[in-house]
Amino acid sequence: MNELQFLTWVRGTGLNIAVAIFLLGVTWRLFEIYSLGRKKDLSMPRHASGASGFHTVFRRSLAPPGMLKRSPVSYIGGYVFHIGLAVVVFGFAPHILLISNLTGLSWPGLPSQFIDLAAVVTMAAMLVMLFDRISKPVKRFLSTFEDWFTWALTFLPVLTGWMAVQHLLLPYTTMLALHILSVEILLIVLPFTKLFHAFTLFGSRWYNGRVNAHKGVPV
Amino acid sequence: MSATLEKGIRVLKEVIDAPIASYFNSCVHCGLCAEACLFYTETGDPKYTPIHKLEPLRRIYEQEYTLLGRLKKMVGLSKAVTDDELDQWQALVYNSCTLCGRCSAVCPVGNDIVYMVRKFREGMSASGHAPAGIKDAVTRTVTVGSPMNVKLPALRAQMKHVEEDYGIPIPLDVEGAEYMVVLSSMEIMNFPEYLAAVAKIMQQAGKTWTLCSTAFEATNAGIQIGNSDLAKVIVLRIVEGAETLKVKTVISPECGHAYTALRWEGPNLIGRPFGFEVKHIIEVLGEFQAQRLLQTEGFETDRLTFHDPCQLVRRGGVIQQPRTLMNMVAKNFVEMPDAGYMNWCCGGGGGASAIEAGEDLRLEAFKKKKSQFDAVKPDRVVTACANCRIVLEESLEHYKMDIPVIGLTEMIADHISEPVPQAAAKPEGA
Repeated sequence: MNELQFLTWVRGTGLNIAVAIFLLGVTWRLFEIYSLGRKKDLSMPRHASGASGFHTVFRRSLAPPGMLKRSPVSYIGGYVFHIGLAVVVFGFAPHILLISNLTGLSWPGLPSQFIDLAAVVTMAAMLVMLFDRISKPVKRFLSTFEDWFTWALTFLPVLTGWMAVQHLLLPYTTMLALHILSVEILLIVLPFTKLFHAFTLFGSRWYNGRVNAHKGVPV
Repeated sequence: MSATLEKGIRVLKEVIDAPIASYFNSCVHCGLCAEACLFYTETGDPKYTPIHKLEPLRRIYEQEYTLLGRLKKMVGLSKAVTDDELDQWQALVYNSCTLCGRCSAVCPVGNDIVYMVRKFREGMSASGHAPAGIKDAVTRTVTVGSPMNVKLPALRAQMKHVEEDYGIPIPLDVEGAEYMVVLSSMEIMNFPEYLAAVAKIMQQAGKTWTLCSTAFEATNAGIQIGNSDLAKVIVLRIVEGAETLKVKTVISPECGHAYTALRWEGPNLIGRPFGFEVKHIIEVLGEFQAQRLLQTEGFETDRLTFHDPCQLVRRGGVIQQPRTLMNMVAKNFVEMPDAGYMNWCCGGGGGASAIEAGEDLRLEAFKKKKSQFDAVKPDRVVTACANCRIVLEESLEHYKMDIPVIGLTEMIADHISEPVPQAAAKPEGA
């Protein structure tokens, strides 16, 4: 298989396999989790303004009082790399073209220099987060193989995409194929690892907000 | 009713629901919950990270309720939860967790970690891994009626003392009274001023109230140990008492977990809504204040601060009322850093104060509370939980800090003028 055949495969069969596993995986995992259900709360509810599942879904994106100071790297690094990823994934014109081909949805892209900067900043933030995971006793203590593995799987698409655009190290075609392959691996792994928080975090925040809203506590 | 590992695992499987599944799947190991836990912040030991305290529960979830986990279990790739492991986890789930709920308040993915600890304790208890201190308290509450062995004659004696000292009748078993007041044994034995305070306040407000001879003790160590069957027995006693006396509202005492047990867990434990309302005494005082039924005179002039009981603020939503009440009678009320919703625990909630083996750790964790006190240097501390009060008193003494601790209800009652004519015209409970 030469580099062009490799690119054709990842763009065709590879992408189909990855998207299929991703969609089936997400559907199955969501069913597996939320079909467990929960018991109805029989205690008399108390209402308070600002207390609901919906409020908490949004409010939890902000650092609670005092927490930013206690763990600035987690918050600032976390914001930067999540927003950076979103900018790169959904703002880069070729990505929008792919999404448009797959779904018909389209929106204007961001300037490529900006995407370039966002990719570099995202990688820098991810490296800082990795260093924090290694150096902070609590994070190191909690970390398992999955934490290092999913970090690498998230980092590689950004790195290979940036390198492809910059024409670094390998010929463009090969690097592009590697980039697409890395995204496909990420898609396949996402539903079965902690990366699935991208979906469950909404449910978790909602449950927490809902349970506490029942008591009249805005969380 | 023997406790075995098998039974514990069965119970753990039963308590896992969609929220718990969602929480475990959302955790990204960011460690922020540790920063919210006083057992971690004061010791620096990562094993006290709240989410880590749930590791056996997480594995059971994965092995029983996920496809990949079941496959791994089938081919022998997963590690089963053992008795030894649960034994090791006892110190993490009980000694170093007061169910204060700060972790649940900060988790960025929204995990309600304390909800899971509460459920995990069900399995710990069923498998025989609950600490002896709380186990004994539950046994006494179920058999005698009080965790401190307080029986009806002891209550009657205190009622008599209060009646003699304050000249106010203490009603017992009055059918049709508006309020039924339940107490914590700590209040009966250590802080009888509380009973006098309630009597004075009710008299001024012109409300009918009663104690109940079959249900005067409200603390529920069944909740703390994590045994819903026993917690239910304890709650049912109060429900039956309240329904027999046909009261409108049961007033939970100045005790955080008693409130949680009765107000939020109670109807779920007995499987039906109550035929009466449950309110914390501070909520009732807040209502009296709003309805102008609470008239105080004079002010405390020394520097006072208020310690929010966790179950009242984070787990109960009673945040503003104590502040309004403090300002009614205190000229120099200062708030500690993090006061209110994010207040730090005294270190003894959730049954922790009943565990002898956890005492050194508890005192270490108290350094957080100490730093809050050091920041505002109060002359006295006011709180609204008898357990917080005793834990604060003991810990302050350990650190040689001369700061008296008082109950908010009593302090309010101290500022109520003697309404003798009204009392003569309208004898309570008559």
